[in-house]
Parts: sequence; structure tokens; C-alpha cells
Amino acid sequence: MHRLPRPVWLLFPLLGFMLLTYVLPFLGVAAWSVTLPEPGIGQYQAALTDPLVQSVFLRTFRVCLVVTVVTVAAAYVITLIWVRGTPMQRLVIELCILIPFWISVLTRAFGWLALLSNRGILNSWAQNLGFLTEPLTMVRNEFGVVVGMVHFLIPFAAFPLASAMRAVDERVLLAARGMGAGRTRVFLQVFVPMTGPGILGAALVVFVFALGFFVTPAILGGGRSVMAAELIYLRIFQSPNWGLGAAISVILMVAVGALLALMMRHARGAGPR
Amino acid sequence: MTTPPGRLALCLAALVAVFLLMPLVAVIPVSFTPSRFLSLPEGEWSLRHYRVLIENPAWGQGLGLSIGIGVVSSVLATGMALAFSLGIWMVQPRFAGLLMGIALLPMVAPPVVSALTLYFFLITLGQFNDVIAYDTWAGVALAHAVMTAPYAVVLITVALTQVDRRMDLAARGMGASLTRRITSVILPSIRFGVLSALLLTFVLSWEEIGVTLFITSVDAVTLPRLMWMGLRDNIDPAIAAISVILICVVVVVILAKTFWLGSGRRAKGE
Repeated sequence: MHRLPRPVWLLFPLLGFMLLTYVLPFLGVAAWSVTLPEPGIGQYQAALTDPLVQSVFLRTFRVCLVVTVVTVAAAYVITLIWVRGTPMQRLVIELCILIPFWISVLTRAFGWLALLSNRGILNSWAQNLGFLTEPLTMVRNEFGVVVGMVHFLIPFAAFPLASAMRAVDERVLLAARGMGAGRTRVFLQVFVPMTGPGILGAALVVFVFALGFFVTPAILGGGRSVMAAELIYLRIFQSPNWGLGAAISVILMVAVGALLALMMRHARGAGPR
Repeated sequence: MTTPPGRLALCLAALVAVFLLMPLVAVIPVSFTPSRFLSLPEGEWSLRHYRVLIENPAWGQGLGLSIGIGVVSSVLATGMALAFSLGIWMVQPRFAGLLMGIALLPMVAPPVVSALTLYFFLITLGQFNDVIAYDTWAGVALAHAVMTAPYAVVLITVALTQVDRRMDLAARGMGASLTRRITSVILPSIRFGVLSALLLTFVLSWEEIGVTLFITSVDAVTLPRLMWMGLRDNIDPAIAAISVILICVVVVVILAKTFWLGSGRRAKGE
């Protein structure tokens, strides 16, 4: 069989573009982390020992963990109806997932500010109805950050969960019912374990997304509960320490890379056996 | 369906659905407040914050800039992504996984790391020219193309998996040139994929704020950047007005798409 010249050059524009605009500049950022203000790994030592940076990492991890658990649980419930409800229920749920998904993160964060802030809708109602005398602080703290992030991430968890639930073989559920298992038992001991890989996949996606989150925590955390991504912004633009900002970026990149590698291995393991 | 969801599952799902829609609904009354700060209208409703959007030229400029940047970056991103995906599909190179990894990097990396990386890129480039630099519209368009191209690659690659390779082989066997194979055989089969890539990259650029915050300050102020300013300092109810408009656009488009496709599906008897 004679070989025709193959259009390898089609690959070059995007690869060249990414190399020039992303790969090389990232190496530049990595270079900042070991040269600013002085050559050495001092910034990494600082990042790993400085109590402030440590507390930010700890908070980032804690918030991401809580957000992941809540998001996946909420997405699981709503996806269940999205996949297995009546046609009408499915349509309503689909709209409830898709409309927020397409709306800008800023609008959504603003909506939470309008609801949760001290003079916001929920506090006004609660005070007018006499449930509260003092406004309850629900934004500019971790609670607000978690609420905003969960809201942002539910659609991202719903998509992988939906494909896992659609893949469940109906006959297995029928068999379990036929052998006398109750509805709850079928759900907890058959359906949930069968969607297990989907749950894990959704959790990893949400956790990875949450780690690098910047806008929602910055607005709803109001500069009080700073997370890793916002710390990078602050170290670059407000109290400059470019080396430290760069070092935290590299640490975040490595953490996300490790999680993604884990996810790929997991996906391969869950594939055809 | 053997086991339709029980009442408990329905109630929980309804709660989540309310949670998802709540902040979008909350924006509506706030946008009609007569006062200058974030509050509910008490008795009197006012359109003053909508009037601000028309009267203050900053909003019009932000809108125009966002549309311009969205068009340029989506054409750039989709064009490169189309060539790349076609290349991977036709050549099937040995290190396809690695090449794909490089192309998708900005999608999987934490957004804040991408933002710092593009900031580094633009200030470095800014030392040599004034057109593509920090805080310029061309710089933002380029950065948005970097961030959105991976999504176009994903959509077009998925569309290509549906193309029958034998059609391309047949065209090749009958002596079609590369251009002919692409324009007459492959492109017609993936045109919906390419169009959705164009649309998605535009929307992603239109909404982009994480990277934009790092690479702009006072000159290249896109619509999201303008909203961010109104959210950070003291919360400006004009943000509520613009949010309501944006929400309405999204809701109308999604409803139109759902019912248009829905009626199409019904007509086909599915």
C-alpha cells in the first residue's frame, strides 16, 4: 500500500499556539518561583511553613472537601429525577440544571449576595417575620463561599452522574425486586453501588474545579476567608510577593495534576475489564 | 420504569432545584429598588438602575468590547481547534494522547494558574509591542482563545468520532485532494460540531472573568470586568439590572432550544 503524505501540519497551529502562550509562560512562572526575590527554593519552604499560607491551604482543603461532599450529594438527588423521573419532571429538572449552568458566575454570586447579605432578602424576611432580631451573617465567611461554590458546581457533577445512572442495567434492578428486595434496599444496595464509579468521577471533577476557584470565594468570602487561588491574586497584585504567588501556583498545578492522574487511572480501571 | 423515584427523592430534588434557581430569582426584585445600595424595593419600584445601563457609556463600551473579543477569540480558537482535531483524526499520530494533553492543558489546569501564566505571557510580550500586551483588547482576545480552544477541540473531536472513515478513504482513493476531502467530505458531516464549538467558545469568552481579572486594569474593561468592579467595592444595584437582562437572554434561548428541539423530536415520533 503506498503512503500518501499525511497532513501533519494541521496539528501545528494549535500546538505552536499553546506552546507559545501557555507552556513556555508557565515555565516562566515556575522560574519566578525559584528566582524571586532570590534564587533558591526559599519560596517553597515559605509556602509550606508560613502559618498564614498553611492556614490558607488548610482552609482551601477543608472548603473543597465540604463543597465536594455537598455538591455530589445534591447533584445525585437531582440527577436521579433527571434520569428516572416522569417526562415532565425530567424537563423541569433539566431546565433547573441548564439555566444556572449557562449563567455567568458573577451573576450567580451576585444573586447569593442579594439573598444572604446582612441587608439581603433572607435576613429582611426573617427580621420582618420576627424570627431574628440581629441579622445572621451568611456571606463574607466560609458559609457563603460554600453555598456559592456548591451552586456553581452542581451542574458539573450532574453530567457525569447522569451518564453513570443511564448506564445502569434496568434488568439488574428488576432482578433485585423480583428476589424480594424492597425499594430502599434496591436503591442503597444495588443502584448506588452500580453508580459508584460515576460518584467518584463526579467527586474528583468537583474537587479539582473547586481547588482553583477564584471568583466565587473572592466575592462571597469578601476577603475574609481567603483561599489558595485568591492568595495568588493578592500576592501578585496587592501585597506583591511574586515569587510566593508563583510557588503557590506551581503547588496547585502539581496537586491538580496528581488528582487528574488518579482520575485517569481510575477511569482506565473502570473501563472494559 | 421498574422503580420510579419515591416521594422522598422527589422532595429532596425539589429542594435542590429551588436552591439552583433561588439566586437567579432573587436578582429580579433587587434590580427594581429605588435606592442606591443593595436592597429590596419597599412600596416603590424604580427603573433607575436600568436607565444607568443606557446612560452610563461604560456599559455600552463594555458590551461592545466583550462582543468584539468574543468574536475574534472564538474564530481564532475554533479555527485552530478544527485544524488540530482534523489533524489528529487524519494522521492518527503515535503520541496522540500527549498532543491532546498539550491542547487541553488550559482546560484542566486550575483557572488561577492559567490566569497567572497568561499574565506572565502578556507582560513579557508587552515589552516588545503595544498591540498584544497587558490590558489591551488584543491581549484579552488572545488569552480567551487560549482558554477556550480546548473546549472547541473536545466538541470537534467528539463530532469527528461520528464520521465514517471509509467515506474519507473512498474520497482519497478516487483522487480527492486534501482540501477537497476536508471541505466536501469531512466538514459537511461535522458542521454542527464546529458551529457548537464556535458558539461555546464565544459564550465562554463572553463570561470569562478569572483570567480577565489578571490581564486587564483600566483600558480593556469587558462586561464581566465591569460587573466585578461593581461587586467588589460597594455593591451596585446596576449589577442586578444587567444580571436580570443576561438571565432573561439565557432563559429565552434555552426555552426556545428545548421546545424547538422537543417539538422536532416529537414530530419524529421519538
